[in-house]
Amino acid sequence: MQPVNETRPRPGCSGPKGLLRVEAVSVHFGGIVALDAVSFSVESGQIAGLIGPNGAGKTTLFNCLSRLYEASEGSIEFDGHSLRETPRHGIAALGIGRTFQNLALFHTMTVFDNILVGRHCRTRSGFLASALSMPSVRREEDAARTRARELVSFLQLDSVADRPVAALPFGTQKRVELGRALAADPKLLLLDEPASGLNHEEVGALGALIREIRDRLALTILLVEHHMSLVMSVSDRVVALNFGRKIAEGTPAEVQRLPEVIQAYLGSAH
Amino acid sequence: MNQRTLTVVAVLLLLACALPFLVSNYRTFQFTLVLVYAIALLGLNILTGYNGQISLGHGAFYAIGAYTAAILMDRFGVPYWATLPVAGAVCLAVGFLFGLPALRLEGLYLALATFALGVSMPQLLKYHHFEKWTGGVQGIVITKPDPPFGLPLNPDQWLYYFTLAVMVLMFVLAWNLLRGRVGRAMVAIRDHHIAAEAMGINTAMVKSLTFGVSAFYTGVAGALGAIAIQFVAPDSFNIFLSIVFLVGIAIGGLASIPGAIYGALFIQFVPNIADEISKAAPWAVFGIFMIGFVYVMPLGVNGAIRMLLARLGRKAQNNRSTAGVTRPTINSPEEV
Repeated sequence: MQPVNETRPRPGCSGPKGLLRVEAVSVHFGGIVALDAVSFSVESGQIAGLIGPNGAGKTTLFNCLSRLYEASEGSIEFDGHSLRETPRHGIAALGIGRTFQNLALFHTMTVFDNILVGRHCRTRSGFLASALSMPSVRREEDAARTRARELVSFLQLDSVADRPVAALPFGTQKRVELGRALAADPKLLLLDEPASGLNHEEVGALGALIREIRDRLALTILLVEHHMSLVMSVSDRVVALNFGRKIAEGTPAEVQRLPEVIQAYLGSAH
Repeated sequence: MNQRTLTVVAVLLLLACALPFLVSNYRTFQFTLVLVYAIALLGLNILTGYNGQISLGHGAFYAIGAYTAAILMDRFGVPYWATLPVAGAVCLAVGFLFGLPALRLEGLYLALATFALGVSMPQLLKYHHFEKWTGGVQGIVITKPDPPFGLPLNPDQWLYYFTLAVMVLMFVLAWNLLRGRVGRAMVAIRDHHIAAEAMGINTAMVKSLTFGVSAFYTGVAGALGAIAIQFVAPDSFNIFLSIVFLVGIAIGGLASIPGAIYGALFIQFVPNIADEISKAAPWAVFGIFMIGFVYVMPLGVNGAIRMLLARLGRKAQNNRSTAGVTRPTINSPEEV
């Protein structure tokens, strides 16, 4: 499969600004502080891991990036756009794709159609042009189908492409979600616990797949993950959260050594 | 659409064209109404079946279409065929505007709001300030159009062919719409609206426009129905009509295009059959038919036909495959 955008900056070429900049973002739910002034940035081409115990605020942060939650304070900037001023349905077109922790597929649709829906933000055909089946609509549809077929074979979904997703095994459904997110040609891919529910071998293969996606499609990945060995093996940088605060940031080796991180995961020694 | 489906559609169309010469004028008129209902049901199915928005008030859009046609013909002398696009456009606008506030409502609450629309429509039509156009409780009588160009058809036959042509056009447009980007967006919203939005679908816009398109279809059907019946009156568009439409799409098959035709046949002919079985309690018989249909065909007539065809297809495949070769019953795709 060809990279979607040859001119996209390769890893390390984006300068110090970062593709995604999260600055002092706080989220309050009533009196509960889910995120407390969290700041970090993700460089173009990086794989960044977001770790932390349950309830640390990882998914809350993801949901701020997709605008499912409204940040109470702070700013989120992506590729020169302020996400807090972008409508929820405009996020995908900016170049942010995501998968969901508990799967959010269109369960009555086939694998192929799910991936085609992922192409929605890169296509334009409206109601009238579609009803009249204008030549431009047919061209666009053909191109979308070609792209979806490429993704189906890239993710080895060929044998199930025409089956409804609801009947497929969990691991396969997760790959369909990945395909659906990739169909939008994202610059930044958000993966929310991609390893959850997968068996030992599948997790090993997932690490390789994540790196392959980054290298072949030249994109940036931010992943939330509990599976420590996976995060530490694929990530270029790791951000650790606990109780809504950032407690550490650095390379996997650095973060793993920090006492705050060990304490957050294993509990305090006294 | 594959070769086989295309052949089936062509054969059915030929049969539909031959029909007026095979049955009486009265039956031809009844089949004209089936075509009209099929358009209305397709409209409701786009909204409820594909997009997941329940409407208990589509009889109101049918009424608006019917009255638009009747008023244009009766008061302004507009030719019958020219009333259809106007009726459709009026309903498109009303449907879109109704769809905007309805965005805030989900499931049962949307059903209640549309119910309010359906239940109030006959009274709005009787409103005495509108009487100058609507004719009040008396309604409006319109004349049946004659066949043009000296065609050797009687008016019933001509109207049947005219309605058939409109229906085929409307079905082709719907098929184009539903199989592409917009249709997928509608279904995506129904299946998982949060994920749909994350894929960049402007769910508010798609839902409102779907409401408008749905009302457009039902409005055109209403106009055709008024022309076929040659009469509109407020009480022919009561809430019962809206419920019958919903019955039609459920029996025919939700989220299916041919389901609209099966549903239309049901709502046109089953009440007649029920009436022949029992003059005393036709609706009880209708109810038994309804329960029987959903019990035997829980996915509607369309779902049952598809299942049957799939089973026949598998049987044919099994007969062809050589003995001794065992095939896995469950495909086991390699995991990541």
